[in-house]
Amino acid sequence: MSVIFAQNLTKQFKALKAVDGISFSVEEGETFGFLGPNGAGKTTTINILCTLLSPSGGKAEISGFDCTTRPDAVRASIGLLFQDTTLDMGLTAYENLKFHAYLYNLDKALTEKRIDEMLGVVELQGRKYELVKNFSGGMKRRLEIARGLLHYPRVLFLDEPTLGLDPQTRSTIWDFIHALRRREKITVFMTTHYMEEAENCDRIAIIDHGRIIAEGTPSKLKQLVRGDMIHLVTDDNQIALKEIRERFHLTAREESGMLAVEAEKGDEFIPRLIRGLSVPTLSVSITKPTLNDVFLKLTGRTIRDDALQNAKEVTREFVRSHRRAQR
Amino acid sequence: MIQWRPVYVICYREFVKFFREKSRLLGTIARPLLWLFVVGNGMASLIRPQTGFSYLQFIFPGMIGMTILFSSIFSSISIVWDREFGFMKEMLVAPISRLSIVIGKAISGTLISVAQAIIIMLFIPFLGLQMTIVQFLEVVVVSVLVSFCITSLGILIAARLTSFDGFNIIMNFLVMPMLFLSGAMYPVNSMPAALRHLTVINPLTYGIDAFKHVLLRQSTPPLGPEFPLSRDIAIVSILSISILSLAALSFRKKD
Repeated sequence: MSVIFAQNLTKQFKALKAVDGISFSVEEGETFGFLGPNGAGKTTTINILCTLLSPSGGKAEISGFDCTTRPDAVRASIGLLFQDTTLDMGLTAYENLKFHAYLYNLDKALTEKRIDEMLGVVELQGRKYELVKNFSGGMKRRLEIARGLLHYPRVLFLDEPTLGLDPQTRSTIWDFIHALRRREKITVFMTTHYMEEAENCDRIAIIDHGRIIAEGTPSKLKQLVRGDMIHLVTDDNQIALKEIRERFHLTAREESGMLAVEAEKGDEFIPRLIRGLSVPTLSVSITKPTLNDVFLKLTGRTIRDDALQNAKEVTREFVRSHRRAQR
Repeated sequence: MIQWRPVYVICYREFVKFFREKSRLLGTIARPLLWLFVVGNGMASLIRPQTGFSYLQFIFPGMIGMTILFSSIFSSISIVWDREFGFMKEMLVAPISRLSIVIGKAISGTLISVAQAIIIMLFIPFLGLQMTIVQFLEVVVVSVLVSFCITSLGILIAARLTSFDGFNIIMNFLVMPMLFLSGAMYPVNSMPAALRHLTVINPLTYGIDAFKHVLLRQSTPPLGPEFPLSRDIAIVSILSISILSLAALSFRKKD
């Protein structure tokens, strides 16, 4: 039986169809990822699954409980890590965890035991009685993971778990998640718009404009891109682009001053390519396809095209943390 | 329907934060004391009540009411803060009923307001006022009722307020008018008819009138209590229950 099950899930906000007929299922112990740009409907889907929103149509189930009709049973079996922090900055780490334990009806002795256990897992034992507002971004995130696991949920939801963290902290957080998955048989449902992060999943659904446009293991999805990715810079990219398309009949794109060409057996193809172009080649590199290339192939856009939106998000995050500080 | 462990821990959190944030504690105590010591004494020389007690004595019940008003509204507005800073989600995704959250907030707001009313009463000896133990206990009982009523009202508003930008509007168009139209600083019956209609729909009017029954027992209108005590208690109780029910209902709504 699937631990998470969604069928034809739809959510309509006034004019916007945020989630548009999504179906998927996640098995026990699996790590399943939603990959897509901002505004694709990832968070809306999580909010429906964790009973914060009711769907406009379709069906969602967690551990066999319907998210609409049995919200309490669903809530008892999930743990969450939201995009924005939901810790109380004015409380200590211990107080935040105690609050959580009591909401989930753990008794007093168990509460103390689990708090120590989970602080150990995320290596924050030494900070138990410190106010959370003095924590760094990575420490806050780790504390939230500890809190999300305190009641031993069957499913852990991670909504953009490493958003706004530096690469080093990001990889630490992932080490924790991997270690956790080895220890417990926990099912993880996560969303991200970082390609590298999605590669940590057993299975991925690529989501765009509220629809799942591809689903499978990372390696299977990468097979959608036919071969290797060749990136090259030439004296005149426009002429080169035209020639690649006309002479070699290959798909190619220009992105940030570089040509991206998709070709089978790229290493053997490069010499022919360079000889075949009328303009001199300045540099060339070859990479195995990433999920970014898959997304590009499926949607014609890179996730990085949303850089503008990301900047807005960073600003919002800044304003929030600034307000928090003022408090 | 109501889970008591979550209710307890919601109250626990509010108390921890209340005593940790010294500025809030100081602010809520400083305001009524400023009124009592400065305004009360200043006005006392202007107004010589004919009934044989001072202006300071007259406004004391009102100042307890004011302390409760500000404290209760502040406590319940914390819901808006919780929502803005995301903490509300932690409660909303927990396997607890919405009613437990509302009851938790109502009880914690009530207890904090009563605690502040008691702190204000500790200053009675310095004001040259007198109070018996029985009166003290009666004030505490009435405080519980009034605090619960105003906190419920605050929760109802907070449940509908989507950001704290609305907070100033609430302060200027609800809290201050409630204070000025409550009989805290001048008798309700001395107001112009148009304003008097507004005092009738103000729950604080009946709360402060009940305090006057306890503290200015011997006096008669205009400065003493203006309504029967039974009516005060009945109105405050009925309002509490109905406002809290409304608040719980509006909390249950999902998008």
